[in-house]
Amino acid sequence: MQFNFTKYSIIYYIFSGLLIIATIVSLSMFGLKFGIEFAGGSNMEVNFQKTPSNDAIQSALKSFNLGEITVQPTGSSGAILQFKGVDEATHQQILAALNKVNPTIEKSFQYIGPSIGQELRNKTELAIALALVAITLYIAFAFRKVSKPVSSWKYGITSLIALFHDVLVPIGIFSILGKLYNVEITIPIVAALLTILGFSVHDTIVIFDRIRENILRRGMGQFEDTVNWSLTQTLGRSISTVLTVEFVLVSLYFLGGETLKYFALTLIIGITSGAYSSIFIASPLLVSWYKWSLKKEQKGR
Amino acid sequence: MQQKYYIFIGVLILAVLAGIFAYPNHFNKGVDFLNHKLSWTLPHFPEKPYILGLDLQGGVSLVYQADLGTVTDKSAAMSGLRDVIERRVNMFGVSEPVVQIQGTDRLTVELPGVTDVQQAIQMIGQTPYLEFDEERAAEETKQILDVIKQVQAAEAAKQDITKIKDWQLALQNPYFKPTDLTGKYLTKATIVFDQTTYKPQIQLQFNDAGAQIFADITARNIKKPLAIFLDGASIIDTNGDGKIDNQDLYAPIVQDKITGGKAVITGDMSSQTANSIASRLNSGALPVKIGSPISQETVGPTLGSVSLQKSLLAGIYGLLAVVIFMVVFYRFPGLLASLALVIYVALTLAIFKLIPVTLTLAGIGGFILSIGMAVDANILIFARMKEEIKSGKGLSQAIDEGFKRAWPSIRDSNFNSLIVCAILFFVATSFIKGFAFTLALGIIVSLFSAIFITRIFLMVFVGKWAEKAKWIL
Repeated sequence: MQFNFTKYSIIYYIFSGLLIIATIVSLSMFGLKFGIEFAGGSNMEVNFQKTPSNDAIQSALKSFNLGEITVQPTGSSGAILQFKGVDEATHQQILAALNKVNPTIEKSFQYIGPSIGQELRNKTELAIALALVAITLYIAFAFRKVSKPVSSWKYGITSLIALFHDVLVPIGIFSILGKLYNVEITIPIVAALLTILGFSVHDTIVIFDRIRENILRRGMGQFEDTVNWSLTQTLGRSISTVLTVEFVLVSLYFLGGETLKYFALTLIIGITSGAYSSIFIASPLLVSWYKWSLKKEQKGR
Repeated sequence: MQQKYYIFIGVLILAVLAGIFAYPNHFNKGVDFLNHKLSWTLPHFPEKPYILGLDLQGGVSLVYQADLGTVTDKSAAMSGLRDVIERRVNMFGVSEPVVQIQGTDRLTVELPGVTDVQQAIQMIGQTPYLEFDEERAAEETKQILDVIKQVQAAEAAKQDITKIKDWQLALQNPYFKPTDLTGKYLTKATIVFDQTTYKPQIQLQFNDAGAQIFADITARNIKKPLAIFLDGASIIDTNGDGKIDNQDLYAPIVQDKITGGKAVITGDMSSQTANSIASRLNSGALPVKIGSPISQETVGPTLGSVSLQKSLLAGIYGLLAVVIFMVVFYRFPGLLASLALVIYVALTLAIFKLIPVTLTLAGIGGFILSIGMAVDANILIFARMKEEIKSGKGLSQAIDEGFKRAWPSIRDSNFNSLIVCAILFFVATSFIKGFAFTLALGIIVSLFSAIFITRIFLMVFVGKWAEKAKWIL
C-alpha cells in the first residue's frame, strides 16, 4: 500500500499559506506581549485569604505610582500582579498595603531591571539566529552525498521553510492568546520555541533520510513516486513519535503547574505543526521544486 | 555467544544500582527491616540529596551590577568583591549560598531559604569596612569578660540582661579595640617576595593622613599585636577550622614605630594565604560599590515544593502513558523498550545526583520532555524491524537490519538536537541553560538506553520461540 501524499500538494500549500498570513496579520495587529524578563518590571505572585476585586487592589496600590498594574487571578484565591520595577523597600510596602485589603501570603516576587531585559532580548535573538544557521549547515552537510535528482542544498532549504512554518505557527497563536488572555512570551516559552527548532528538523531528517535511501535503492527515476513511497514507509514512525512526545507534554500541561503550562503548550503546538510540515510541506516542496526545474530544463532545450 | 548474557547481567546490575542511588529510601528501609529482624548488619546505600534550584526550594536570587568606575584591575576587584559578599552571606547563616561573578562586572547572589530579603539586600549592599584594632589594657579585658559572663548567666536563666551594669560591653571584642585607622587610609596592599627567603610578604601603603595615624598607633603598640578586621570579622581563618569567626584574629606583631606610611607583614604563610589577605585588605581599601540589585527573584518555600510535586507527578503520568502506548503498539519489543525507558529514567536521575546537576523547574521540564523523546530511536528501529520481517527476512537478521538501517536517521536527528542544546547552553540565560543541559544529557543517555540496552534485551529474550510467534513482534 502506498499513499499519494503529493497529489494534493496545492491544498497543503494554501492551508499553510493561510496559517502564515494569519500569523503575520495577528503579529502586526496585536504584536507580542513580552513578559517582564524581556520588558523589565516587577512580577508578584500572591495568595489572598479571599481574592479582593481588581478595583480594590488597584486603589490600594494607587499611591505607589506603579504605572499600569495588571492583575491576573490564578487558582481559587491567588493573583499575579505586574507593575513597573520597584526596590525591595517599596516591595515590602506594597505587600503591607495588600495585607490591609485582605490577608496576603506572597508566593514569589521578581524584579527585572531595564538593562537586564534588553540584554536578554539580544541574547535570545542571537541564540535563535545561531540555531537557524547551524541547523541549515548541518542538513546540507548530512545530505552532501545526495545530489541527484535533487541537489543537497535543496533539502536544506525546504527543511528551513518547514522550520519557519513550525516556529511561526505557535508565535501566531501566542500573539492571539496574548491579546485575548494576557498570555506573555516568557523565557520558558522561548526555550520551547528553540526546542521546536531542533525537533521539527528531527522529523524532516527522518523522512529525507528515507528518500535518500530509496533513491540509492530504486534509482533516480520517478522522484515523486519515491517520495510518496518514503512518506508511506515512515508514516507509522511519524505518528508514534509525535504521540509519545505529546503524551508527556499533555500531562505536563494539565498537571505540571503554572510555570511549565505554557512551555508545554508551545511545544504541543510546535511539535504537531512540525509533524504536519515534515509530511505535507517539506516533502511535497521537494517534489514541486524538482518538477519545476524539470520543466525549466525542457523549455530550455 | 555467552558474552551477551554477561553484558545483559551487567546492564541489569547497573540499572538496579542507579535506581537505588536515585531513590534510596525504600532500599534503606528494607535494609533496616532485615537488620532488625535477622540481626544482620547490612550497610545502608549512601544517600545523596538532589540539589534543587531556588525556584524549587525557595529563596532569593539577586543580580548586582558593580560600579567599577576607574578601577584598573577589574577582575581582581570583582573577585575581591565576591569574596567580601560571600563572607557576609556566610555570616548571615545561609545554608548554601552561591556567589558568582558573571561577565566582567555582574555578581549573582543566591540565598536558599532566606525569607527576610530586605535585610539580606541591606547587608549585601553595604560598603566593606576595614579596621585596624589595638590590644586592650588587661583590666579592660577583664571587665568585659566579667560582663559577658554575667550576661550569659542571665540569658541562661532567662532574665532581663539590660539590668546588668554596662551590659553593652558584652557586645564588644574583649581583647581588641578599634583605632582611628580604617580602610579609607589604606592605598593598597601588594604581595612581594623576600629577597633571601623567597617567602611571600604583604606590603601595605597608607596615604599621608593614614601614615600619620599609623605612626602613632605603632609607636604605642611596639611588640604588641595589631588586629585587622573586615566587616567586623577577621580577614583570615587563622586557626584553620574552615570558618571565620571571633576565634580567628589576624594580628601581626608591631616590631617598631613605622613612619612614612609603608609597612610589611611577614610571617610563615603560603602564597595562597598571602593572596587572600592582600585581596581582603584591598577590598577594604578600594571598596567597590554595588548599590541595589538590578534583578531580584524571590520564591516562597511553599511555591517551590508545590511546583516540584506537580512537575514530578506530570512526569510519572507521562512516563506511564508512553509505556502503555509502546506496549500496545509494539508489543514485545515495546515492552523491552519500556523497560529500557525505565532504566533510562533511573540512569539520568543517578547522573543528576552524581555530577551534581542543580535541578530547576526548567531542567525538570527538559527531563520530562526527554522521556517522550527517548523512545523515538526505539520507534525508528522497531518500525524498520517490522518492515524487514514483512519483506520475508529471518528474525535475527531483521533485528540486525532494523538497528543498522535506522542508525543514520537517529544519528542525524539527535546530533541536530544536540547542536541546538549547545547553542542554548552557551548563549542563553540561566533558566534556558538548565533546560538545555538536562535535555542534552537526556539525549545522550537515551541513545545509550534505546540502542545499546534495547538491543541486548532483544538478543537475550528473542530466541527460536519467537519465530513461531511472530505476531508479538
